[in-house]
Amino acid sequence: MAKVIMTADDSASVRQMVTFTLKQGGYEVVEAVDGKDALQKLAGTKVDMLITDLNMPNLDGIGLIKGARALPSCKFIPIVMLTTESQESKKQEGKAAGATGWIVKPFKPEQLMAVVKKVLG
Amino acid sequence: MIDQHRQAFKEEAYELLAELESSLLELEERPDDQDLIGRVFRAMHTIKGSGSMFGFDDIASFTHEVETIFDMVRNGKLQVTGRLVNLTLAARDQIRAMLDAADSGEATDLQASAEIIVGLRELAGFQGQVAAAAPKEEVHEAKKDQVTYRIRFAPAREIFVSGTNPLTLIAELRELGACTVVAQTAGFPCLEEMNPESCYVYWDVILTTDQGENAIRDVFIFVEDDCELKIEPIAEHNRYEEQQDYKRLGEILVERGDISSEDMKAVLSQQRRFGELAISQGILHEGKVQAALAEQQHIKEVRQEKQVAEASSSIRVPAERLDLLVNLVGEMVTVQARLSQTAAQRADGELMAIAEEVERLTAELRDSALNIRMLPIGSTFSKFKRLVRDLSVELGKQIEMTTEGAETELDKTVIEKLNDPLVHLIRNSIDHGIELPEARVAAGKPERGTVHLSAVHSGDSVLITIADDGAGLDKEAIRTKGIERGIIPAGAELSEKELFNLIFAPGFSTAKTISSVSGRGVGMDVVKRAIEALRGSIDITSVRGEGTRITVKIPLTLAIIESLLVKIGNDSFMMPLALVDECVELTREDVAAAHGRNLAHVRDQLVPYIPLREHFAIPGAPPEIEQIVITQVNGVRVGFVVDHVIGEHQTVIKSLGRAYKDTEGISGATILGDGTVALILDIPQLVQAAEAAQE
Repeated sequence: MAKVIMTADDSASVRQMVTFTLKQGGYEVVEAVDGKDALQKLAGTKVDMLITDLNMPNLDGIGLIKGARALPSCKFIPIVMLTTESQESKKQEGKAAGATGWIVKPFKPEQLMAVVKKVLG
Repeated sequence: MIDQHRQAFKEEAYELLAELESSLLELEERPDDQDLIGRVFRAMHTIKGSGSMFGFDDIASFTHEVETIFDMVRNGKLQVTGRLVNLTLAARDQIRAMLDAADSGEATDLQASAEIIVGLRELAGFQGQVAAAAPKEEVHEAKKDQVTYRIRFAPAREIFVSGTNPLTLIAELRELGACTVVAQTAGFPCLEEMNPESCYVYWDVILTTDQGENAIRDVFIFVEDDCELKIEPIAEHNRYEEQQDYKRLGEILVERGDISSEDMKAVLSQQRRFGELAISQGILHEGKVQAALAEQQHIKEVRQEKQVAEASSSIRVPAERLDLLVNLVGEMVTVQARLSQTAAQRADGELMAIAEEVERLTAELRDSALNIRMLPIGSTFSKFKRLVRDLSVELGKQIEMTTEGAETELDKTVIEKLNDPLVHLIRNSIDHGIELPEARVAAGKPERGTVHLSAVHSGDSVLITIADDGAGLDKEAIRTKGIERGIIPAGAELSEKELFNLIFAPGFSTAKTISSVSGRGVGMDVVKRAIEALRGSIDITSVRGEGTRITVKIPLTLAIIESLLVKIGNDSFMMPLALVDECVELTREDVAAAHGRNLAHVRDQLVPYIPLREHFAIPGAPPEIEQIVITQVNGVRVGFVVDHVIGEHQTVIKSLGRAYKDTEGISGATILGDGTVALILDIPQLVQAAEAAQE
């Protein structure tokens, strides 16, 4: 069965690109428009991995990571955050909240796939 | 596909810009509203992040500046003012203009962008120039030799909580190259104390890879902050590595810091197997010994694999079989030439097509057959090392030999025949060239002399250079000796090159005493003849007090040469193209004007020539206009008069057989396309013979 990956991003174009890339790679994708939407969907669906932006309205990426790690089903799944190079401190904050890794924007589809493969095995 | 994403981004960006506008206007009313500030920041952030993803780099870098300002506002470092809102609105319009421009392809007003940024920076109290962020260049590492690394990966206890599965990292390591993994389980507590969400294991990995250390670090990029990671190179595997035994177990453990060298010595003093002993004495845990043993095993396997790979990629074949093959290819080239000629005469399109195909295949076959005989010259070089060492000890000199281009390939026969001349040249360098240590120090040179031996490809030849940093040639001594030996007349005007060439004359030696090494004066002319027999040439340059450099030029192969086909009467001759400079006409008038002297005027230069018709006593009258083929031998231009010049020819050299092997002026023969035989002229010998006849 195909693994399920959730992408949480308030930017529709980034969501579209991530979804397209992951589907091409043979994964199922669940989209969420912000942290709050993501947490709600996580409670109802089992996902194998989460890719989240850091800056989102309603609930930001850090909040989402903390919230997800509190869910039993998400305690050990890989969580990758999308950051910009200016956010070194955010990277640390995200890691402290329980993120597995990060992808620096801008990234190419191949880079995304490489990271997914790295953390999902 | 990218276009579709770009389109999605633009739609989104327009929406965000609209939102940005309304947020900014609201912000002007309520400058302290954190929620509004957050919205503005996020809009900027998204435009920047997504913009750079879809190739809108100008928008991304511009927006970055605005975002930086709003990050400060968000963190309370900057107050929202009317001017800030004005500038941000202007920035928003600028971004819109950039988006529009991306469609139409028009350039945006860079001046306006710069002004906005400067204004914003002033507001934030920044100094400095506006400079676009330079894109990071990706650094490509060159392909490296295989290196074996010792990696210890000890993840933090809580690694699972961050969603990391250490096993996927180990699996990723395996993809980099041959990998031996030992899991260290010594840290496991008793069952009741164990927390199933903690990681108690660490790993010792031995990895052989050509990807370099950075690739290994990349594997651990997400976890390197919270794990213990040690990566150290332990062995490089390159082509010329010495196959000694790998380190002993004790050495490995000391290197890894698992055991102190004192402990190791204490254990070793008890003459039992080291590993067992160390474990039984409780100095080491079993797992660590296992890891060290695995390292030994891994290196062994990698080396074995290499050996197997090298062994299976080459086979040994007796040299005669290769010679036979090259001979057959030679015959084939000849037959192919006939085929091409016949096809051309018949004007049969189909036959010509076949002939062309055969021609192409034959050329390929010839090249690869000749390639098989190529060997690197390195083995010969290493023999010389010993020679230099022994000789310098014998003569009380301190000499170091350096080599370069050991991988340069030459025909096997050529390498064999080069051995003696090269030995002689090196001996000369050591005996006559390099001074005794005291003399060197007195001349302000290092005590230790060097002889540098190098080989390098140059077109269809190989240049072998023997350079020493010794005393150099003594021109006056050479001149005196030359006159003494009657090689040159007293008072002869000789160029430096001609003077140096004297040392190749038979019976010439400037050494004051005869040593066992050199000095009999038979050496250099023998060397020269041997090199010429290989159709090579030899060249000397020397600076008094600084050293001598002898360059030997040798053709890549002996079997086939490029040559110029000429005709005299009905006979065909070949002249090696490498020696040919140019061809000029010789008319009856020219001959008459020269008054019986065989000299031609070529561009204000007098060039002596040899009329081959006379030389070979070929009957018949020469044509009205003859041709002079001008060759260059040892820096001297000499012409050869022939009836006609036909053109270039790929010549397969055939020896003349025993009966004719001493024929002067002819070095071999070849078979032409129409089946006739053409003789290959031995140009240097012909020149020598003519010079001798003059005297």
